[in-house]
Amino acid sequence: MTTADLINKIVQVAAALAIFAAVIGLILFLIDKAPKRGRDGFQLVAFLAPALLLLGIGLIYPAVRTSIAAFADNTGNFIGLDNFVWMFTQPDALRTLANTVVWVVLVPLVSTIIGLAYAVFIDKARGERIFKALVFMPMAISFVGASIIWRFVYEYRPEGREQIGALNQILVWFGAEPVLWLQSDPINTLLLIVVMIWVQTGFAMVVLSAAIKGVPTEQLEAAQLDGTNAWQRFRNVTVPGIRGSLVVVVTTISIATLKVFDIVQTMTAGNFGTSVVANEMYNQAFRSQAPGRGSALALILFIMVLPIVIYNVRILRQQREIR
Amino acid sequence: MASVTFDKATRLYPGSTKPAVDSIDLQVADGEFLVLVGPSGCGKSTSLRMLAGLEEVNDGNIFIGDRNVTDVPPKDRDIAMVFQNYALYPHMTVAENMGFALKIAGVNKDERAERVLEAAKLLDLEPYLSRKPKALSGGQRQRVAMGRAIVRQPQVFLMDEPLSNLDAKLRVQTRTQIASLQRRLGVTTVYVTHDQTEALTMGDRIAVLKDGVLQQVGSPRDLYEKPQNVFVAGFIGSPAMNLFSSDMADGGVKFGSSVVNLDRKFLQAAHGSKITVGVRPEDVIVSTTPGDGLEIEVDLVEELGADGYLYGHATTQGGERTDIVARVDGRLHPHAGEKVYLLPQPGHLHAFDAETGVRLNDAAAIG
Repeated sequence: MTTADLINKIVQVAAALAIFAAVIGLILFLIDKAPKRGRDGFQLVAFLAPALLLLGIGLIYPAVRTSIAAFADNTGNFIGLDNFVWMFTQPDALRTLANTVVWVVLVPLVSTIIGLAYAVFIDKARGERIFKALVFMPMAISFVGASIIWRFVYEYRPEGREQIGALNQILVWFGAEPVLWLQSDPINTLLLIVVMIWVQTGFAMVVLSAAIKGVPTEQLEAAQLDGTNAWQRFRNVTVPGIRGSLVVVVTTISIATLKVFDIVQTMTAGNFGTSVVANEMYNQAFRSQAPGRGSALALILFIMVLPIVIYNVRILRQQREIR
Repeated sequence: MASVTFDKATRLYPGSTKPAVDSIDLQVADGEFLVLVGPSGCGKSTSLRMLAGLEEVNDGNIFIGDRNVTDVPPKDRDIAMVFQNYALYPHMTVAENMGFALKIAGVNKDERAERVLEAAKLLDLEPYLSRKPKALSGGQRQRVAMGRAIVRQPQVFLMDEPLSNLDAKLRVQTRTQIASLQRRLGVTTVYVTHDQTEALTMGDRIAVLKDGVLQQVGSPRDLYEKPQNVFVAGFIGSPAMNLFSSDMADGGVKFGSSVVNLDRKFLQAAHGSKITVGVRPEDVIVSTTPGDGLEIEVDLVEELGADGYLYGHATTQGGERTDIVARVDGRLHPHAGEKVYLLPQPGHLHAFDAETGVRLNDAAAIG
């Protein structure tokens, strides 16, 4: 790119911003000039319309299209529930669903427990910030980056050759044979889950640590005088005090886990029995040229996320009654 | 139930050179209501927290009964505390809050419910037992905090400014309720407040602290009639005692052109040629006859119905201005701009060493 190109681009950006400002200004001006009667309704529409329009184009329309496609074959003919029948009968598709369940159970549970324990143990400790940064850092790495890092950890070289994967090297040190980790079903799914946990623990830890600091000291002191030991205090004061954050953490991680795609795609591309719903959705829709099946998987994914979101909202509403 | 003893207890915060609580010696008798009072930062709360075990004791010892609890964790001290912001558990109902300590102690469900109900009756909390703290008013929350302490039947109650979050009217009401409740239960109580009125009205005895040092311990009457130093004199009583330095004269101290008698032995004990004299606003004689004591120019008279408070100032020889408050009759009193003359009522002059601030005369009596 030459300097002239660059200047050109900058001018374009500036022009775009100016046009944006002008349009917004015009809208605001017109709203202001709206007739007194019914002004509220007018303003409501004018302010909501852009957002609603974008939501409609970006979210609602694709959702509707996907839902329709889920009941159609490759050429767009309506075929009823065939795509779903395939999903719940084919061993491969069933395996995908089963894997997803394993992911969704293990990842939120383990990352939240580790994150919570870590947050509790480093709370008010010396060097807390450094300890936090250490665990939080993986959050800053993309799933693909994290997967590449961990693929090295699981890397296999035939026996006798020098091992470059940490896991196999440790095995070799103990005198065992190296293992083709990522191809060993079913442990390979667990190894992929470890990557997700590694990334999500930092998130859980940071949110929960902040929540723990929000529990009033007096409540803990009152509990101390009420005769509780450290564990009882944790169970009866700290955990109820951070319940809202716990629910947010668990549900956020659950949703992220349901949608996990990059890790599986990067590590095994869904082979060797590691596929999950999001990954299979991509494979069916774009590789096997079966958009109907892909859409059906997407719909199932959506239905699986829904109860988590509802639960989240309900708990947050309950919490409001306490605070 | 038990007595409480502070034996040279000291708390030095890390990184600080001056102790927050400086070797305090204090005995609280079994069943007594002791009030710790002082301005903010005087170490009264820290002392209470040391007794609770929430604050480390760096030096000295603390006893509950005959038991040295200096290094005993809070949970094993058998004390209950009412916190300033009540520290109720927000996710538990009132009944659960009150019964929590019993639950932890392994008391069975029926007995727990019975004891909670008993305390709830005592505090008029019965209708609220199944509510969460958020659904209670400030006064009700305060009572739940009290209930939580009572249910425990502890050896000692600790209260850390439990009334400061209530409005003025409720505070006065609750003040009497707490005091009468304590007398009924007969549990040794240590109560912290910064409000000297609370201290005077509630305590069997009052301990005044300043800068981590115990100034004086005594009954409310003692502290009022015979403050041991200038600080206590100025802190206890409202409006505060008039304190100003005055020249010694032969056989007394000067009050303007008059001389108020003071025993020679007290005068001899003083350092320097001046002493600090104190007269409570309610102990002055205000006269309009020139020459009858210290000349005061009236700035303002506050009428409170039956009484009035005269705010004025005296100008001493050096040209220094001393503010003076005097209680006057609510109907018949001097007016702003007038000059009046002020003398202490016989027997109500407090004399303090100008240098050390220590009290010179025995009782509030003239020589």
